[in-house]
Parts: sequence; C-alpha cells; structure tokens
Amino acid sequence: MPLALSIALAHLIGRRRQTVVSVFGVGLGVAFFIGLSSLMLGFQRDFIARIIDTSPHVLIRDEYRTPRIQPAVMQWPDQPVVVHGLKPRDEVRGIRTAREILAALADLPDVVAAPVLAGPVFLRYGSADRSATLTGISPVVERRVTTLERDLLSGSLDSLSTTANGIILGELLAQRLGVGVGGTITATSAAGVVMRMTVVAVFRSGITTLDASNAYALTKRVQVLLNRPEVINLIRLRLADAEQARSVAAVLERRFAYKAESWEETNSNVLTVFVIQRAIIFSTVGAILIVACFGIFNVISTVIHEKARDIAILKSMGFRESDVRHIFLIEGLMLGMIGVAIGWGLGFLLVELLGSIRFNNEGFIRAQGFVLFRSWIHYGIGGAVAMVASILAAWLPARKAARVNPVDIVRGAA
Amino acid sequence: MAALQAVGLTRLIGEGDGVTLVRDISLNFTAGEFVCITGPSGSGKSSLLYLLGLLDQPTAGDVLVDGRSTQRLSRDALADLRLAKLGFVFQFHFLLPEFSAFDNVVLPIRRLGRLRGRAADRRAEALLDRLGLAASMHKRPGQMSGGQRQRVAIARALANDPPVVLADEPTGNLDTHNATEVFRLFQEIAAEGRLVVAVTHDLDLAREASRRVHLVDGALAPVPGVALD
Repeated sequence: MPLALSIALAHLIGRRRQTVVSVFGVGLGVAFFIGLSSLMLGFQRDFIARIIDTSPHVLIRDEYRTPRIQPAVMQWPDQPVVVHGLKPRDEVRGIRTAREILAALADLPDVVAAPVLAGPVFLRYGSADRSATLTGISPVVERRVTTLERDLLSGSLDSLSTTANGIILGELLAQRLGVGVGGTITATSAAGVVMRMTVVAVFRSGITTLDASNAYALTKRVQVLLNRPEVINLIRLRLADAEQARSVAAVLERRFAYKAESWEETNSNVLTVFVIQRAIIFSTVGAILIVACFGIFNVISTVIHEKARDIAILKSMGFRESDVRHIFLIEGLMLGMIGVAIGWGLGFLLVELLGSIRFNNEGFIRAQGFVLFRSWIHYGIGGAVAMVASILAAWLPARKAARVNPVDIVRGAA
Repeated sequence: MAALQAVGLTRLIGEGDGVTLVRDISLNFTAGEFVCITGPSGSGKSSLLYLLGLLDQPTAGDVLVDGRSTQRLSRDALADLRLAKLGFVFQFHFLLPEFSAFDNVVLPIRRLGRLRGRAADRRAEALLDRLGLAASMHKRPGQMSGGQRQRVAIARALANDPPVVLADEPTGNLDTHNATEVFRLFQEIAAEGRLVVAVTHDLDLAREASRRVHLVDGALAPVPGVALD
C-alpha cells in the first residue's frame, strides 16, 4: 500500500466516529441529489414528453405578434410618422390565407399540418355546466398531428364523422359534466348558437389542464357553432423533430406574418416554473453537499490539529511538504469516495422507494405515483460535485498541515 | 572531512531586537564521534541541534553536511537530506501511535525508496532485532514501555543508515537503567563510524561521550571542569 495512503487510512480509522459522520453527510447529500433529480426531471421530462406527444409542435395563430405597419409609415419610412386613433380593424377573425399557407406547408419535408377552428364554448349536461375549448378537427389529419386517437379511453375518432354532431371530451371534463359516451350535451357559443351534441369518445392525455377543458368536434360543426363558416383560426403542425419547433416557428412567422408559436412558447409559463424549480432543488441539494463538505473540512482540520506532532515527526524524518499535503488530500479523497459510494447506494434505494409509492397525482400531470427519471448522469454529477467539494474541503487544512514547522511542535512537546 | 559542520551559526527569533537562541557557533563534527551538548536550560542546546539537523534555518551562518553547504537548499532538498543523511531521536519518543514498532521503523525506509518491498521489511526487522525488540515489533507504541519506545525511536533514526544521528534529550524521560542502555547504544552506533550528537542535561551520561560541547546563553562556553583547548 502506498505510504501516504496507509498513513491517511490510519488517521481516519483512528477517528472512526467522525469519519462515519462525515462520509454519511456526503452520502446523504449525494443520495438526495440523485433522488430529487430523478423526481424533478422525471416529472419535467414526462410533462414535456406528453406536451410534445399530445400537442402540436408549432401553432400558427390568426393573430400578429406586433401590430401591422400602417401604410403611412411604409410610405415615409425615414420620417417620424405618427398615426393617431388606431384601433384594430373590425373583421372576421381567422387565417385569411389558410389555403396558400397549407399548400406551402405541404411542400415542407417532415412537417404535417392540420387546419382547425378552436374557440370557447359552454357545455351543459343536465344541471352541470362547464366552459371548454372546442377544437374543430378532421379525423384523418388529426391522427397524423396529435396522439388524440391513442389517448381515447372509449369511443373512436372516426365516430365523429359517423355521428351527427359528435363531440369528444377530455376525461376530467366528462367527469365534471357527469356525462359518458352516448350522452347528449348542449353546447353554446359566444355567438349565441346552441347545438346539441352527442359524446362519441372520451380521451385522457394525462395533462390535467387539457383533460379538464378540451373537447373536439368536426371542423364543419365547430364553424357552425362558433358562427364562423369557412374560417380556421389555427394551423397545427407536427414535426419529425420536436426540438426544431422554435426555429421552424420563427421561419414560418417570418414567411406568413401570422404568429407562429413553438410548443416551448405555448407552454413557456410551465417551462419557466421548471427552470425555477430546478434552480431551487439544485441549490438545496448543493447546500446539503456544502454542509457535508464542512464535515470533511472539520474532520481533516481536527485530524491535523491532533496530528500536529505526527506531522512534525514525518517532516523531521525527511517527508516533504508535498508528502504531508498528499496525506491529508488523500484523506479528503477517501472520505469523498466512501461518501459518494454510500450516496450512490442510498440514492438508488431512495429512487426505488419513491418509485414504489402509489397515489393519484392530480397536479400538472396525472399519474399513479411519482414519475421518475433514472439516469446514471445523476450519479455522475452528484459523485463529481461531492468529490470536488471533498477535495476542496481537504485542500485548505492539507495546505496548512504541509506548512507546519516541526521545530514549533517539537519545542511545544518538550 | 567533517561529517557535520556549523559555521558561524546564529539564530534569532522575533522582530527587531528579538531573542538570540544561538550566537555565532562554529563547530566541526567528525564521523565516529559521540558528542554531547550540555548547558543549562534555555542555553540554546536544542536550538543548535535543530539547526544542525536542518529542521530550523539559521538567521546567519551555514550548516555543512559532508562538506556541502545547505544554505541555499530548498525546503524539499533539505527534507531529502534529512531523510538520507540524518536520523533524529527526540526526548518524547515521537512514534506514530497508530502504527506498530515495525511500521514506524519501515516508514522512512519506504519513503527514501533505496530499499523496497521485502528488503525494506528485512532492514526494519534487523534493526528492531538488534535493539532487542524482535518480540515487540508488532506492538503499537501504546503497548510498549518507555525504554522500548525510545529504542524503537533509535531504530527509526537508523532506518536509512544515516551517517549522522541527532538526539534531543533522548534519556530525559527514562529511568537510570534505560538511560544508561540508550547511551550504550549511542556509543555502539558511534563506534560503527557514525556521528552521534546528543543534547543532554545528564552530566553523568555526558561524561560517557567522546566529546562535550557546552553552551551558555546561546554561545559556546568552556565545559565545566574541563579547560578549553
């Protein structure tokens, strides 16, 4: 066994209790890092996966990101033109050039487009009523753009076409209305049109907000209900690579002027919460690790204080300052390594324990228990951070030990 | 050639008019000598020994080991010189308490690396055997008597076969029997051709040395009862 290692080992074994407390401090830090990362990223990744799965990757809306440039401004671009009393033109909302846009989108590779009309409606079943977003779709295109068909709990997508005034409801929406497949509900739009519709299917996306407020019907029916014949107000796009949504949206917006939102932008409020959540959890776990490393600092400082005489002996024997520094760095390294190994074990058990807990989660997403993301990367990051922190915690006292003047110690002992 | 030489050694501590521990000491020590440094408490005996042993740096002057100046050597080079050329024995045995007698002795051998593996072990075993510690070599310092511990410390000082052995009050903590035994060992070691320099209060034992150096207030002084040359 290398000399420095055997001396370091003897020091740590000599202070068994403090050594155990320190390594468990590091171990718990690493374990919590693994457990919380797995929990947090599991939830976030699952949510994002469901969003990517169930929602369009890019949404072209019948609105503009910035007000359209006025003709007077275009006429005198270099002049300080001010137009007073501007208000939006009173016009029928919708994407006016939908046909041309769809034709252009059809030429793009790896892009599937679905024109829809969506709007708010009021649904009533008996004495129960709920507001919802009703989206007019075409079953043939819908199954290429979203996973609605896969998410159906009962009924079928095609029954929209075979049933007069058929409607598909989110599971929570159906539950709150108290209606099931075959039930007839009344839909009322802001335009005052009332339509009796038959529930032909119920879906569950797993995302609470969608399941509680979304409904689907044929585009034609929705156009009648919203009193907007021949109008579509959204073009939903599905991309082969959802990661490209942001850049595709930017290109489409520049090309067609209509606001094009990537799924990240549509869900930016939730994604921002995720960023904050990550920051909070990583800071908390970081603080745990730092406290654990203070334990290592404490152990090594105490060992150095107690072993000042031994350090003087080693130096009087002819050990170099670097030899002494190595001994205490090795101690920090060993505490870190054992702590990380314990942390990995505890972290694994923690993740498995969390995975075994069963309950009905009705938050952002609906699941029967914690959604976990198991990844060796968490073990790697947790271990690496703990090791770096352990070495840093050992570095300062080790440097101090290397500078011990043996004469001071020998004189003090005499 | 002198095995060890002190040339105008002075050691001050503190700022400005600080305390003078050792003042302008020049001495030559040759191989095979057993030299005792005596003097009243606070006369600078140990300070001189630490300077000779390269544990402390002089404010002025130089220490020559085998005729080579150590004045400009780095701390690492001084450590290497201590490891290979000097052996230390302190008043309090100063053994590493977590290690056995054998481990304490083999430690400097392994650090120097001149002997490796079994050869290093055999050297440590032979030294402990020679000092009558064959049966106790796997005991820890806490399980040994004061005399045994000091003999382990002597074995450790001899571990790398150094030409110079320095001892600071090596018998200060021992009973008469053990103190006499330690001095007998030093005489033996010196007879092998090594230089042994020991600081002691015990004038009876100091008389056993081949030469005495007396210090008063950090400076050389005539040995009481012996005329200076």
